[in-house]
Amino acid sequence: MDTQALEGGYANAPVDAAQAFRAIMRVMARPGTIEDITGTAPPAPLSVAAGAVLLTLCDPETPVHLAGGHDTASIRDWITFHTGAPLVAPDKAAFAVGTWDDLPLPAFPLGTSEYPDRSTTLIIERDAFSQQGATLQGPGIKDAARLSLPETEAFQANRRHFPLGLDFIFTSGSRIAALPRSTRVS
Amino acid sequence: MTDYNFAYLDEQTKRMIRRAILKGLAVPGYQVPFASREMPMPYGWGTGGVQVSAAVLTPDDTFKVIDQGADDTTNAVSIRRFFEKTAGVAVTEKTAKASVIQTRHRIPETDLTEDQILVYQVPIPEPLRFLEPSEVETRKMHALEEYGLMHVKLYEDISQHGAIATAYAYPVKVEGRYVMDPSPIPKFDNPKLNMAGIQLFGAGREQRIYAVPPYTQVVSLDFEDHPFEASKADHACDLCGSTTSYLDELIVDDEGGRMFMCSDTDFCAARREDAA
Repeated sequence: MDTQALEGGYANAPVDAAQAFRAIMRVMARPGTIEDITGTAPPAPLSVAAGAVLLTLCDPETPVHLAGGHDTASIRDWITFHTGAPLVAPDKAAFAVGTWDDLPLPAFPLGTSEYPDRSTTLIIERDAFSQQGATLQGPGIKDAARLSLPETEAFQANRRHFPLGLDFIFTSGSRIAALPRSTRVS
Repeated sequence: MTDYNFAYLDEQTKRMIRRAILKGLAVPGYQVPFASREMPMPYGWGTGGVQVSAAVLTPDDTFKVIDQGADDTTNAVSIRRFFEKTAGVAVTEKTAKASVIQTRHRIPETDLTEDQILVYQVPIPEPLRFLEPSEVETRKMHALEEYGLMHVKLYEDISQHGAIATAYAYPVKVEGRYVMDPSPIPKFDNPKLNMAGIQLFGAGREQRIYAVPPYTQVVSLDFEDHPFEASKADHACDLCGSTTSYLDELIVDDEGGRMFMCSDTDFCAARREDAA
């Protein structure tokens, strides 16, 4: 039996998840800031940070979509064992994991005008990102912040749907940043 | 400690609340429905705030609870002890030393920093509820950004009383989109909703969570010829002498004697310590 899926979870789930959530909340509340989250050892190519986001936020109530190179048997088994989240197509997903090029953005739900919270949160795996590049403005940002993004047009289009829209979490190794739908990108 | 999961709630409940908080931060001022749990305290005593705090606290936090500005009232003391016992967090009465502050109906006088989180206890999260009792209708009004009714209410105040009579839970517009109930804080506190800290609102009985990220634009509703005014009792604190803090009025005898004192007990005590 392959036991890899059984390993790499939180050693002390209540405390590890609380600390990971604090980092996720801080980056979501302050677009452009970058934090570190650790505590998991997911199978490659899933990053430590993406693994921590999944273990902190996902459970049987949150359908997850795996895109492209992240849709492997070992990642499926790991998510299923540790979270119990159903693995689904993009139009049913509460969370999705993959690289920018692999994720089919138009396929994900944006929420409804009465329930804008019913939209997908995308976890985008990247080689690296830093506080340079695109200018971010909006809630959570004092004057302006900077974050290197894969492109700007898609995020500007997403902002035009506000209050509907997708929310983005960027992960690279143990680093995490976020871009909620409320942020104006230029 | 060993009798409870960390911070009392089970992990699946915390994940559900945490997801609601993140969506709330992404759509500032929008009320996210959540599956509120029964807590070991009655509704109206801060069950929403307690659930949000439970989902947010880490063992490294220093926790402060205020009730109408005071650290030493029954509600504040019992919630502080609850998390001391179930989450093992450090507690404080000093605003500057706290990393998470749960509040009932006040914003501390001391400005919060970027590293602080303010958790509000909210009785009625829907600002339109007393104008429109149907949740189906109010949800549609938020979706369509149809807030005319709220302005009619404020206008009727002016036509009846000569001024906007709403003194607490004064409605605000968040980032130019959602009209939000800031919980029953005095309107004196409304300008402080524009702050560096993260603000989270929890309504347990009504099962709603909403949020205001740092530096989000929060505007109190008003009219050009009747601008919003953050009012307080026209008096100085009789204990510390502050002329800028929000005051409670106390009746001290049965002959009409009264005194004014800061509602924020930590602010008042610190000023008296500095003066001594």
